[in-house]
Amino acid sequence: MADLISVFFDGKPYAVPADLTIMTAMEHAGFRLVRGCGCRHGFCGACGTIYRIKGDNKVYFALACQQQVRADMYVATLPFFPLNRREYKLEELTAEHTVMMRLHPEIFACIACGSCTKSCARGLDVMQYIAYAKRNDLSACAKESFDCVACGICSARCPSNISHPLVGLLARRLKGKYLTPAAAHNKNHVEEINDGQYEKSLIELTQLSQAEIAALYDTREIEG
Amino acid sequence: MYTQPMLESAKIIEAARASGQKPPRLSAEEKKKLLVDFHPDYRESSFQTLQIGPNAGEKAPIELAEMLHSNSLVYRKSLQSNLSCVLTALNRGGASPNYDTDVLIIGGGGAGASAAIEAHHAGARVTIITKLRMGDANSMMAEGGIQAADKANDSPARHYLDAYGGGHYAAKPELLKRLVMDGPEAIDWLSDLGVLFDKEPDGTFITNHGGGTSRKRMHACADYTGAEIMRVLRDEVRCLGIPIVEYTAAIELLTDENGCVSGALLMNMLTERYEIARAKTIILATGGAGRMHYNGFPTSNHYGATADGLVLAYRAGAKLLYQEALQYHPTGVAYPSQLFGALVTEKVRALGAGLFNVNGEAFVHPLETRDVVSAAIMRECGERRKGIAVSSASAVWLDSPNIDLLHGEDHIEKTLPGMLRMFMNYGIDMRKTPILVYPTLHYQNGGIEIEPDGSTPKIPNLYVAGEAVGGIHGRNRLMGNSLLDIIVFGRLTGKNAAKKAREITPGKLDLQHVEDYAKTLAEKGIVTGKASPLLLPDYTSS
Repeated sequence: MADLISVFFDGKPYAVPADLTIMTAMEHAGFRLVRGCGCRHGFCGACGTIYRIKGDNKVYFALACQQQVRADMYVATLPFFPLNRREYKLEELTAEHTVMMRLHPEIFACIACGSCTKSCARGLDVMQYIAYAKRNDLSACAKESFDCVACGICSARCPSNISHPLVGLLARRLKGKYLTPAAAHNKNHVEEINDGQYEKSLIELTQLSQAEIAALYDTREIEG
Repeated sequence: MYTQPMLESAKIIEAARASGQKPPRLSAEEKKKLLVDFHPDYRESSFQTLQIGPNAGEKAPIELAEMLHSNSLVYRKSLQSNLSCVLTALNRGGASPNYDTDVLIIGGGGAGASAAIEAHHAGARVTIITKLRMGDANSMMAEGGIQAADKANDSPARHYLDAYGGGHYAAKPELLKRLVMDGPEAIDWLSDLGVLFDKEPDGTFITNHGGGTSRKRMHACADYTGAEIMRVLRDEVRCLGIPIVEYTAAIELLTDENGCVSGALLMNMLTERYEIARAKTIILATGGAGRMHYNGFPTSNHYGATADGLVLAYRAGAKLLYQEALQYHPTGVAYPSQLFGALVTEKVRALGAGLFNVNGEAFVHPLETRDVVSAAIMRECGERRKGIAVSSASAVWLDSPNIDLLHGEDHIEKTLPGMLRMFMNYGIDMRKTPILVYPTLHYQNGGIEIEPDGSTPKIPNLYVAGEAVGGIHGRNRLMGNSLLDIIVFGRLTGKNAAKKAREITPGKLDLQHVEDYAKTLAEKGIVTGKASPLLLPDYTSS
């Protein structure tokens, strides 16, 4: 086992192996997690975490499941932060230029302090994707915000009360639905299936004996 | 950062890569032998015979058998205080349940969300309960892609043949047929909801191979495919105003005097107080079981993947299918230890990364089916002793740098941003050095047996969707068919459960089946000292 280091959870010190993540260190210390723990592999945003190292004035941000513990770190977890959801129906929206202005007017109160970008546990340029949203450049906003896991730390730090993850999400959905050309080959296949064109070949397959279908499987041609 | 011996071994890979060697695909016989000799599904010591319930006499993974042999959480003291009084009052009409709905969906992952959206559109009142947060599910963690036969050179029949053969001819034909036939439309549905799939400028989907596919039909959203789908579905559920009850687990189904499900006994995960839901129909979308750590394996799964739905349904009389068939994903992270068991998407292999042992030998074709590749890695690290030493035991190299060599300098950054970020956080640049992998427990191939309409044959008004279902994939699932099945069968059960709910008047809310089960356990003298369902693993003791 790795050397033990001292880590503070809610201000109280615990000795934990130095090779653990913040999350596994909490468990090692005896916390049985219900809140603040989700996928445990960096995708779900349940374990947004804020910490300071003793003697260092800087505040750090991380996902507890992805960040290795550091000696003398003071940890606070942020399992939930209230974001301000807007009511909308995607099919009633368009990607026209006022959509962000109508649904998320608070983004225009951004004072460009950069707190969101500095606090992003994923290292995203959050302020930049909010800037794209202000310009209604939905494609750029979608791209820049794509890796967001909605942990909410940016919104907790924002002096202008912006719900950043929701802005990115709306931009991505609008981009996906309205600004991306439909796939003709997909529509064709859907139509052909609905016309029953593939029914016969499938039924034939299901009627083969196992030996017959195994022979087909073992000799099927594989696209290069 | 790698240790010195790792760096030296990695150097050998560079030379091996230059030689361009790629092992041939295995014959059916070779695959069979590899599986029998090295896949944990074929290890008798992994299993226990079930002594109770519809599958009595069949084998199940030891950890699952233990849950099925345990008494209900209902018998916990804190829950017992006045539960029977509450149920009596409810059944006399002297009290109201905490939730009263047409369709109750248990589970807030991709299948639950798809079902909720369709049931809502079919006019039903829908309630979702989920033991953690909405979207806390394996769906969120699926990386590589979703299959659908929608390219000109492809057809549902080819998709069927790939999945049927890859699943060892064990899939239920009607279920698999539904999966492949509804595939292209599922992609269209997701696109219309705003899922940002990778596309060419003209709208053509960019598709790749997965292990065992004969056509490139893997649609992806970089390496966040599941996350992108899940966050869109979750948003849509919220847009539709469907009630979501978070941090609330179902700990038992409630049944009426005719054995029909009529509701569920719930527990607030934070306060541990119980609540009651009454429903006309119920959809179990409780997901997988990686956190049961079958055979002591690490897992790529979500914290809540503990087979709860299997336990609930089994106690109510539902039959399981292929509960002994588990999927070990070939490439879980083996180093660094902080990421142990995390998924390295199959897309890495689909894009051209090979698998190498400590001597730089490519020992298996990287795009055989998952069970075959996993067995080959276990053979390499076990019997052949050609693994690279890591703290957990040993591992093999996955040659990620080959991707950029094949496709151009920034291909990893563009197509695998999540992977790149995960390793960079620990000082490993997968564009420059290969990464160390070992199989990780990934998927429950089996589950609860269903009819082609998503209903359970034995328990009226109960439906199942998603990973909790058994039979869609047979004994081994291909990459990209799980994201597809949660959409296809989620939507299907949502529609059917909503339709069925119109003709139902909810009956009594009773735990008689749980009491009967407890009685049988006692009669047979089965005592485990544990309670089920598990709800969450306990990592505090390790």
